[in-house]
Amino acid sequence: MIQVSNVSKSFDGVPVLKDISARFEQGKTNLIIGQSGSGKTVLLKCIVGMLECDSGSILYDDLDLTRMNFSQRRVLRQKIGMLFQGSALFDSLSVEENIIFPLNMFSTMNKEEKRERANFCLKRVDLQNVNHMFPSELSGGMKKRVAIARAIANKPSFLFCDEPNSGLDPITAIVIDNLIKEITKEFNITTIINTHDMNSVMEIGENVAFIYKGQLWWEGSNQDILHSGNAYLDQFVYSSKLMHKLKK
Amino acid sequence: MNFLFHTGRYFLLLVQILKRPENPSIYRKQIIVEMDYLGLQSLGIVSIISVFMGAVLTIQTAFNTEHPLLPIYAIGFATRQAIILEFAPTIVSLILAGKVGSRIASEIGTMRVTEQIDALEIMGVNAAGYLILPKTIAMVIINPVLIVISMFLGILGGYLVSLITHVMPVGHYLYGILFDFSPFDIFYALIKTVVFAVIIATVSGYYGFYTRGGALEVGQASTKAVVMSSIYIILFNLILTQLLLA
Repeated sequence: MIQVSNVSKSFDGVPVLKDISARFEQGKTNLIIGQSGSGKTVLLKCIVGMLECDSGSILYDDLDLTRMNFSQRRVLRQKIGMLFQGSALFDSLSVEENIIFPLNMFSTMNKEEKRERANFCLKRVDLQNVNHMFPSELSGGMKKRVAIARAIANKPSFLFCDEPNSGLDPITAIVIDNLIKEITKEFNITTIINTHDMNSVMEIGENVAFIYKGQLWWEGSNQDILHSGNAYLDQFVYSSKLMHKLKK
Repeated sequence: MNFLFHTGRYFLLLVQILKRPENPSIYRKQIIVEMDYLGLQSLGIVSIISVFMGAVLTIQTAFNTEHPLLPIYAIGFATRQAIILEFAPTIVSLILAGKVGSRIASEIGTMRVTEQIDALEIMGVNAAGYLILPKTIAMVIINPVLIVISMFLGILGGYLVSLITHVMPVGHYLYGILFDFSPFDIFYALIKTVVFAVIIATVSGYYGFYTRGGALEVGQASTKAVVMSSIYIILFNLILTQLLLA
């Protein structure tokens, strides 16, 4: 579980996050949604500790990230897996080496065990016979799968996904969404997904937090989102013609 | 103000780089890889430049020191001293600042703008240490080897030009390069080389590590890395020469 309490963040005096509090449950796919510039990426970066929030607390189970020093954060981060918008695979390493990388750094596994783990993770994301390929040889969807495989290699307790569907076609996007959901359930991890894709919201949004202009305006599930009664959220949800027609 | 900001951040980065590695065996492997990328792959350019510079130095010295009071072997002596004291450690380091420095800055800068450094940090890896420390150690080990090779090839270039063009008698050249040899000169050159290696790796690493933006900024970081490494090499060359030879 991750509990964010009264988090604020500003850049050069311009407030980007205003007193945000939210709870992200273990074993659920938690989504942070909002339009571009709403502050969701800043919030995600604050949660993972890539940005320091100006005030507030961020609890990982019982541990407050904002009070941790560099070494304590390094230990916590070994329990974190993250899927980046651009996949962020290491260009100079093969697919297998990418997945084994966190294991090389932090596990006591031998070479064979690491290879087995890499193969297990690749199989889990439905990729086979790509072990020796390099990121530049993979399609966008395959890169995302490898990035997920790398994120789960070290058996994380927390999984963060920043715009996991960006640049993917709708079918592949749904496959990636469902993969993230399945992994969340299977390993009972706390997953937070940053997205503005309504397909993802409807597909896997068990716990959705809507951010508008740096403030948390609404929290609920994808079952409730179509009837939230929140004007800003409705504007976001029904912004596409498709959703607009569906509403009618 | 900007200078103070960069200096402070550079030293904070150095502290970060020197933190205990997560898995030293990974760093050791990385050092070997970097010795190849940053050192051995520069051997070609260093060799070509050294031979030709040695040859040109000999010709220049020969044409500019024609004087009845100056012994001919002084040309060989001057060539050797110029190569060992300045050309090999300083000029070759400046060339390496261009070749290796731009490579380091653009490699790390690209990793920054494609979120690969963020990925390392999120995993709990000390990204600064993992990316810059092996490069620094590799250069500290391999650059002195390159410089010694450069010294040898530079002097060989002078020998070859004497042999081929008869700009001076070969026997005098050989006598000159052995005349009044002080091993301390080599020691002095190697100390400078080690300092320059640290400058190239860390300054270039610094500019790469703090790159923000995209392809344009990576290019700018690479250029800045070369320019600033070169300036610091020249500055420290003066300081070390004053400290060690004065």
